[in-house]
Amino acid sequence: MNRLLDILSRNADFTTAQLAAMLGESEDAVKKQIEDYKEKGIIKGSNTLINWDKVEDSGVTAIIELKVTPKPETGFDDTAKIVMSYDNVESVYLAASSRYDLIATVKGRTIQEIAEFVSKRLSTLDNVIGTATSFILTQYKGGGVCFVDSEEQEEQRSMIL
Amino acid sequence: MIEYNSLINKKLSGIKPSGIRRFFDIANEMDHVISLSIGEPDFTTPWHVRQEGIESLRRGHTWYSPNSGFAELRGQISNYYARRFNVEYDPGHEILVTVGGSEAIDLCIRALVNEGDEVLIPQPAFVCYDPMTVMAGGTPVIIETKAENGFRLTAKELEEKITPKTKLLILPFPNNPTGAVMRREHLEEIAKVIEKHNILVLSDEIYGELTYGKERHVSFADIKGMKERTIVVSGFSKAYAMTGWRLGYALGPAPVISAMTKLHQYAIMSAPTTAQYAAIEALKHGDSDIEHMREEYDIRRRLIVDEFCRMGLTCFEPEGAFYVFPSIKISGMDSETFCEKLIYSQKVAIVPGTAFGDCGEGFARVSYSYSLKHIQEALVRIEKFLNENGK
Repeated sequence: MNRLLDILSRNADFTTAQLAAMLGESEDAVKKQIEDYKEKGIIKGSNTLINWDKVEDSGVTAIIELKVTPKPETGFDDTAKIVMSYDNVESVYLAASSRYDLIATVKGRTIQEIAEFVSKRLSTLDNVIGTATSFILTQYKGGGVCFVDSEEQEEQRSMIL
Repeated sequence: MIEYNSLINKKLSGIKPSGIRRFFDIANEMDHVISLSIGEPDFTTPWHVRQEGIESLRRGHTWYSPNSGFAELRGQISNYYARRFNVEYDPGHEILVTVGGSEAIDLCIRALVNEGDEVLIPQPAFVCYDPMTVMAGGTPVIIETKAENGFRLTAKELEEKITPKTKLLILPFPNNPTGAVMRREHLEEIAKVIEKHNILVLSDEIYGELTYGKERHVSFADIKGMKERTIVVSGFSKAYAMTGWRLGYALGPAPVISAMTKLHQYAIMSAPTTAQYAAIEALKHGDSDIEHMREEYDIRRRLIVDEFCRMGLTCFEPEGAFYVFPSIKISGMDSETFCEKLIYSQKVAIVPGTAFGDCGEGFARVSYSYSLKHIQEALVRIEKFLNENGK
């Protein structure tokens, strides 16, 4: 049923009847499978993909890399949990990188607001020994969808025969 | 003033322009049309295949290829047909690389048909067989396949149309526009008639990689005794999403391939060189690309068939190609009117069944070679159209 997840990850708008048809399963089986995925925490919700660049005064987003000293028992988890508890933090990842350990994306109204958040809230955490902040200027693609009008999005096929 | 029209070849003047064209012209003039009418993959050619084409250009391989195509490509085509469809061809004498499957169809008909020979063409079918036959001096004899038979050609329908003048049967399966496929047992019935009446077969297997369900496409050449009577035409366009590269091939008995090669040599010289390098890569490492695209088409096919049936546009389940051929009789309109009203009122372009033969009346061809999102939107509009037009 990984094909179900594949379809849903591309488009959450389908009805269960449509999903059942596409997969050649009964509608009940699809409903049950979706419930099951939700229970197991595999399906965590569905958001609308928004191209914030087109929304006025929608603020700024930054990617923050954090160098962290791991704790003996819990590794990076404790620090990650503190970082993710802030509402303006959109996502947090643990990375296998030589430079940084945690990567977080943070939203704010202004660059100053984010800069302040990083210096006051993140840099000061016990185990954080360094941060690097990158501000996003343009989002080209998100959630598998192109945000910038690219040539590829237009129909280029000719109607010939 | 030169009367150009009187100077054009008379056979050609008598050929009607394709019925698909008219709808394309309407669609092209309108904005925001959602089309489900295009007959080519929406995928781009897999990147590793494109890369080989680019690499050949970088190395400066910009010359003609041998007339019948590069030996390596013919070797790979031979491996491929044996691997995927269980039929073996000698790359030296039984394979010709052409400019798309279309050139192979034209060559085959011209190489075989004499003035007055009859060519049997099952319809609904792709639009080229009839005009090519006429231009070759042959007489097209149409066999109308029926929805109740799943648009398959039956032995009885075939035998009824055979005369002493019959030279060639066109076997266009998996079928554009109906999506019909012929299973082994159906082909075996056809083979008995072919054997009995001593005729040849042009098996257009361009959609051979696109069949759905457990059973794969069976090549007519794989039916006992038929390889020696069959010219298989196929190509890279549909299987590997390579339409723009213009590359196809013909497989058949050496004397027929040799005659076709002679024509090809004078008219075309050789198929595009860059495309041939890319095609070698496709055949070597492209099996998983086919599988990926096939699975995606299958998901769309199931969605569209299910939704059409729910709306009352009954369609028999298409098992091949990337088209559904729903009956539009519920609307009370003829095919042309239905498609015309649909495009003007809801801006959805589909092709009337009559573009593929008179027996396509009451049906329309809908292509699902589009993204799920695109299909979803088109379905919403089609349903709206049906509701507004007294479903």
